[in-house]
Amino acid sequence: MTKINTHIGRRAFIRNTSLASGGLVLGFSFLNSCKPEQAKEMTGTEMPNEWFEMNSYLKIGDNGMVTVYTPNPEFGQNIRTSMPMLVAEELDVDWKNVVVEQAPYHAEKYGFQLTGGSTGIKARWIPLRMAGATAKQMLMAAASQTWQVPVEEITAEGGILKHAATKKSAGYGEMASVAATLDVPVEVQLKEVKDFKLISRSHKNVDAKKIITGEPMFGMDYQKDGMLIAMIVHPPAFGMTLKSVDDEEVKAMPGIKDVITIKSFKEGFQKHGFDTNAFPELAAIVGNSTWEVMQAKKKLNVEWKPITPNTEIVNGFFGQETRNTPAGLESTQGHKAQMEALASIPGNMVRKDGNPEAAFKNAAKILERSYSAPFLAHNSMEPINAFAHVEGNKVKIAAPIQIPSFIIPTLESSLGITKENIEMELPRMGGGFGRKGYAHFVVEAALISQKVNAPIKLVYSREDDMTTGIYRPAYHATYRAAFDENNELTALHIKAGGIPESPLFANRFPAGAIDNYLAEEWSIDSNITVGAFRAPRSNFMAGAEQAFLDEVAETMNKDAIQFRLDLLKRAKENPVGEDNQYDAERYAGVLELVREKSAWNENNETKHRGVAAYFCHNSYAAHVLDVKMENGKPVVEKVVCAIDCGVVVNPDAATNMAEGAITDGVGNAFFGGLTFKDGVPQKNNFHQYQMIRMKEAPKEIDVHFVQNEIDPTGMGEPPFPPVFGAVANALYKATGQRHYSQPFITKKEVVG
Amino acid sequence: MAKFNLKINGQTQEVDVDPTTPMLWVLRDHVKLVGTKYGCGIAQCGACTVHLGDNAVRSCQLPVSAVGEQEITTIEGLSENGDHPVQQAWLEIDVPQCGYCQAGQIMSASALLKRTPNPSDEEIESAMNGNICRCGTYTRIKTAIKTAANAENV
Repeated sequence: MTKINTHIGRRAFIRNTSLASGGLVLGFSFLNSCKPEQAKEMTGTEMPNEWFEMNSYLKIGDNGMVTVYTPNPEFGQNIRTSMPMLVAEELDVDWKNVVVEQAPYHAEKYGFQLTGGSTGIKARWIPLRMAGATAKQMLMAAASQTWQVPVEEITAEGGILKHAATKKSAGYGEMASVAATLDVPVEVQLKEVKDFKLISRSHKNVDAKKIITGEPMFGMDYQKDGMLIAMIVHPPAFGMTLKSVDDEEVKAMPGIKDVITIKSFKEGFQKHGFDTNAFPELAAIVGNSTWEVMQAKKKLNVEWKPITPNTEIVNGFFGQETRNTPAGLESTQGHKAQMEALASIPGNMVRKDGNPEAAFKNAAKILERSYSAPFLAHNSMEPINAFAHVEGNKVKIAAPIQIPSFIIPTLESSLGITKENIEMELPRMGGGFGRKGYAHFVVEAALISQKVNAPIKLVYSREDDMTTGIYRPAYHATYRAAFDENNELTALHIKAGGIPESPLFANRFPAGAIDNYLAEEWSIDSNITVGAFRAPRSNFMAGAEQAFLDEVAETMNKDAIQFRLDLLKRAKENPVGEDNQYDAERYAGVLELVREKSAWNENNETKHRGVAAYFCHNSYAAHVLDVKMENGKPVVEKVVCAIDCGVVVNPDAATNMAEGAITDGVGNAFFGGLTFKDGVPQKNNFHQYQMIRMKEAPKEIDVHFVQNEIDPTGMGEPPFPPVFGAVANALYKATGQRHYSQPFITKKEVVG
Repeated sequence: MAKFNLKINGQTQEVDVDPTTPMLWVLRDHVKLVGTKYGCGIAQCGACTVHLGDNAVRSCQLPVSAVGEQEITTIEGLSENGDHPVQQAWLEIDVPQCGYCQAGQIMSASALLKRTPNPSDEEIESAMNGNICRCGTYTRIKTAIKTAANAENV
């Protein structure tokens, strides 16, 4: 067994709830409270008469029912099932007796409640198991005390405590009242992987029944008595801001209560890196119903003016960052020219191994290819929204957001309300993909509520959601490979950049596998705002890199998978340089698994197939994707996928996520892209922004996991980036044309 | 404003709204049935799909004044306890990720199966092509529809 300390110094990870300070008010729970009849339906048991809180993550009822407070916000990755599984595993309780409730935002009780960066399960792997294990130990101690027998002789399994010698037994519920009063053990034992009973076995989504019956659960579904609807009128273009509002006509429209203006930031406030916001000064309309406010929104007379250029320091993830926001109305055409200009001159060198200059100078052959991809909108199905109710010096919020803690300082500053008086529920998000990590809309909702002195729900229309920024950046990368007279690869040169950031990961594969290696980067400032989008930067680099390696392998007359494996063998046995940020053996492992499961060697002659692999968010993924052409359109017949993310907590749910990531990747590779003209996004809804639909989705997806006992790593993002490369490589086989510029399909025909 | 008596999920509901109000917002804001979702407002995503009689329609493009006597069924009224074969198949295949589009998917799928009890892959794809799932659960949706079709035939 693994012994785990529950404290670091004087800081306890697990604490008795009675010891934790802070303002958790369970009565405010609209979406999360478990109604007695639901609990009965879910568990087949009656609600307990009394609950005993063992720690902030779980309470046990006098009848043995267990409630797990799942800490991180849910946006479709199914952590509301997998996180409670971690608790229940170590508590050793029947899964059918577990009820899941969403924890509200509460930093002291629940730590960093982050949904993003594929970190959820990785970060909670030990703490949530510890929460279950400490509670179990406290129950055993309670039994020991009650029965006057040594605790070592007590067993706990399936919610039952037993003492074999005296034949005593009791359900957890019977011992919970005593256990809840005991001290949290300083040390607990966690199970070995081989002893898991719940983990690594598929459990169905605990919310599925609510989803398929349409129960209120999303932020957009939030209702409260007296609640008004608010919508915002945004500037029509990036580079513009509010000048003045004439609200006379709109205020007289039916159902309209008020028209106000708000400023999202107080003068002098130092922003967080996630306070990204192209439009901090806004006009808002508040009314009785969404439809009435939508009508008023069309009629509001607003004057706009150009922004002034701005440089500011923000508190980023890795310390302070300088952010430049130029003035002007930007266009995709201009962006392309700027990118090509910077791609043609030396960039900032980030890594150099060996002597790449000499290798290129002496090369018998050089292969050079450039790749590009446009801005992408996240397009979560649930448009942005937030509920806020400011009452005096307090505010209650219910917001579908990915990182609640990041918006607290902004709320404190903009509202003038201290953090102790900010209460936040975390309703389910209807998708997020990174977009809902940027919670400016929570500040907007709260400011509107404060001004109109009423509970309000701020609703973004689809057009607002798609056209107001925080996009995946536009990227460009040039790859060069040098070959000697024996057609052996001697050097690799990457130069990558983007608007407004570089996508480069200089220390990832194939760095470490090639003697002479040069990586450079560049970036171009913009007033079009960007943010994390499922596997940031990787979602471009994987496609470019894996498409280029495919051409390198072809140039060398090597099998596409064997070529990659040869490079990884080199990286493992005799790595070039230092700080290579991947495990070559695990990387090779997914390629070997996908080669086997796709019967790569047997099927290559008869199918148009592309392979790609990538490492990001601590996990490894490889795909083999088969394409056939039908009436000039590519059809993805099958995708075989291999993933190494360590222990897979909930296999069928992880498979679902991989299927989704693959479909998302195919969709964005084929169709994704947002362009601009004079600061105006050229698509504003799904009639213009083509999303993948069932007809274009892969006909079959076959997901495999590498079986190992490594602590879990990322799952939501890693399968996404390599899809772009697999699509490009399969399209080449199907059409004879290489694809360099995303999206690969225009309305007319396959590009190429 | 005007008064309308609507037949929703087998019950008559009186609402007093602007006649141009789409059923989507009548359901969500006035009748407080929020299972029907707002996704695009222009009949491009299918999240707001309900049944008008036996047909799947996009409620964001259906003005309340056009409903008249016709029965409206929403996800909340598709079955008593979530036991419609399509809902059961959704549970069996564990389809949802974020879940936001799934009510619309289920309403489109149940209308399809009523019309075409044994749909081919092509018929499923055609009937479901108006429903976007941003999480990309299409392969499971298709499997669930086939599962429901088989269950109904037993």
